Amino acid sequence: MSQEKQEHGHGCDCGCHGEQPNPFVELNPVLDHYADIPGSLITVLQKAQELYGFLSIELMRYIAIETHNSIAKVYGVATFYTQFRFEPVGKYLIMLCQGTACHVNGSKMIEEAVMDFLEIKEGETTPDGLFTLNNVACLGCCSLSPVMMINDDTYGQLTKDKVTHILAELKEAVNNEATVSETVSQEVTA
Amino acid sequence: MKIVIGEGSCGIAAGAHKVQNAFEEIIAEKGLDLSVEKTGCIGTCYLEPIVDVVDDGGKKITFVNVTADDTRRIIEDYVLGENELKELQISESDITMIGKQKRIVLRNSGIIDPERIEDYLAVDGYLAAKKCLTELTPEEIIETIKIAGLKGRGGAGFPTWFKWDAAKKSPGKTKYMVCNADEGDPGAFMDRSVLESDPHALIEGMLIGAKAIGANEGVIYVRAEYPLAIVRLQNAIDQARKKGFLGHNLFETGFDFDLRIKAGAGAFVCGEETALIASLEGERGMPRLKPPFPAQKGYWNKPTNINNVETFANVPWIFRNGGDAYAALGTKESKGTKVFALTGKVKKGGLVEIPMGLTLHDVIFDIGGGIKQDKAFKAVQMGGPSGGCIPASLLDTQIDYAEITKTGAIMGSGGMVVMDETTCMVDMARFFLDFTCKESCGKCTYCRVGTTRMLEILNRITHGKGQDGDIELLEELCYKIKDGSMCGLGQTAPNPVLTTIKYFRNEYEDHIYHKKCTAKSCKPLLTYTIDVEKCVGCGACKKNCPVDAIAGEKKKVHDINQDTCIKCGKCFSVCKFDSVIID
Repeated sequence: MSQEKQEHGHGCDCGCHGEQPNPFVELNPVLDHYADIPGSLITVLQKAQELYGFLSIELMRYIAIETHNSIAKVYGVATFYTQFRFEPVGKYLIMLCQGTACHVNGSKMIEEAVMDFLEIKEGETTPDGLFTLNNVACLGCCSLSPVMMINDDTYGQLTKDKVTHILAELKEAVNNEATVSETVSQEVTA
Repeated sequence: MKIVIGEGSCGIAAGAHKVQNAFEEIIAEKGLDLSVEKTGCIGTCYLEPIVDVVDDGGKKITFVNVTADDTRRIIEDYVLGENELKELQISESDITMIGKQKRIVLRNSGIIDPERIEDYLAVDGYLAAKKCLTELTPEEIIETIKIAGLKGRGGAGFPTWFKWDAAKKSPGKTKYMVCNADEGDPGAFMDRSVLESDPHALIEGMLIGAKAIGANEGVIYVRAEYPLAIVRLQNAIDQARKKGFLGHNLFETGFDFDLRIKAGAGAFVCGEETALIASLEGERGMPRLKPPFPAQKGYWNKPTNINNVETFANVPWIFRNGGDAYAALGTKESKGTKVFALTGKVKKGGLVEIPMGLTLHDVIFDIGGGIKQDKAFKAVQMGGPSGGCIPASLLDTQIDYAEITKTGAIMGSGGMVVMDETTCMVDMARFFLDFTCKESCGKCTYCRVGTTRMLEILNRITHGKGQDGDIELLEELCYKIKDGSMCGLGQTAPNPVLTTIKYFRNEYEDHIYHKKCTAKSCKPLLTYTIDVEKCVGCGACKKNCPVDAIAGEKKKVHDINQDTCIKCGKCFSVCKFDSVIID
């Protein structure tokens, strides 16, 4: 390991002086890359969220120490922007568009259908960790409204039935996967 | 012969990838010598997925609303057979609709492959940049833009030449050219379309602007919600660099210019110049007082010029065709064309680019095909959360910066959300206030607290708890917020409320005094009853009612207890006999 990487702290202030393993070691190349580029805090936070799914307090503290910012500054910037999340999200992140065109074409109804089907509210994650529902401002696919994105896929011209069908299919796909991997692991064990 | 598929975000959402896969499978299966290529968005989103079959002579036949199942027919019947498949082809009326437009910004969208610089070069790409760098002085570049009369297409409509001139004259060696691609207005997506369909037009426009002001570094601030746009733009930047259109000693003139992308993180206020600069610097995106303007002290306190995507996309065309040609289009005060995102309750939604000076009626009815299900037109919302609602009586208003402003709305970035009789105008105002209230950065008290108070009042009105005096209180708050806010967000946030009060005051009064929503949109103001003539007593409503408000024996007429009913609408949606009446 290079001398440079060893210089990174391990992200805690428990007083163990780096004896515990650094839980955020994957972020170090990003920190190194942006160390000399001023104004990169948002980019670093974005990369961190890509790696870990969300920004935990520990992660933000680590970023603060490594980028020579106060934790208040990092937290202040992160909470200003809607892209940043502070809790883990489900396997499928549903981004339900609440832009003007979607609103006019009944996005509230779609939201209700999602909430009914998954039994969660906006901002929550299903207990099985599969789905998180987030309302977002315009996704820019207004002529297909109402629209939602699930991870990187966009679904347009939604109706209550269509949205329930999409979610049911995703759920089933995961269940099938689970059964397959169970069978495989059983075979391996056998 | 080749097959070209429209793969902008809209096309992909409508299933373009599935169509592409289906074509590739069939072509492989039959061993045909047929290439499958992609292009961006032509703008007729309601026809997606769109597939062009281009023969070797360049003749193009367009198939619309293509499904994966249609692909086999297109190959077997059209490509290999004699059947023209008229039923899958684009209709005459849709061709006319596209023909009525004047496409400058969208000149290459849906025509070239956005991922191949060769395609852009084939349509004279980068020739304008070459001319500006090798033949024109910065003063001449600015003069041409002045003759063209190009105004900022992002919202404020400030003359572009003036900004460029100010940045050019500002002392300092280091200057920056910034593109605002943080298209935050809900209901506007022309910038996304340009980024996805013709990214080199933006790069070329920025390069020309950079030469004019003397900037060697450029940044494009793109919304994180546009992942495809970011990918295509990065690809275009890499290609331009390889071809020598970005980097050092461009066109051997000694002029250097390079570009990078900065992904935004989601904040509407970052559309404001100074907030965008703060965000570029890695800070909270909060605006600051002007002056100093970005042209004097912008990014890292250096002279900075910021324009939006559509503005830059106009620039190469102006230099290839002349400032006069651009100024010949449009009205006296508003030159050229403008792209509108036509959405909502309109039949043919999508992107339309028209010369300034047409009327709203032309756009919504002649190009947009009128209202879905032929319902009555009620209003068109222009300018997003900073704009306003223009009623039917003003449909003959010309599309011109000053004329639109007179109505109380603004041209804005070009969102046009059409509303019909089922849209409640009070709810629309509430919707926008909810948006601006969430997006207020919190710096100015009037904006932060004022929008919150306004939202509370609007929530109360749409929930049937409006009080006498609420309209007047709203108006008072509107004017105070306008006066007490530092940036454009707060200064324009009251516009949707002011225009709806101005043109639809009766709807506010119905909500407040008669507890009625004539558009039947505000649920708490509705009553659900059962039509005794139609009800067959199937029991579906009773079974689905979450609060047991419905009583009735099997095969006998049911009844809704109004005291228990929470107006959730479940009974209405489950009734197969249309016997639940909403009033």
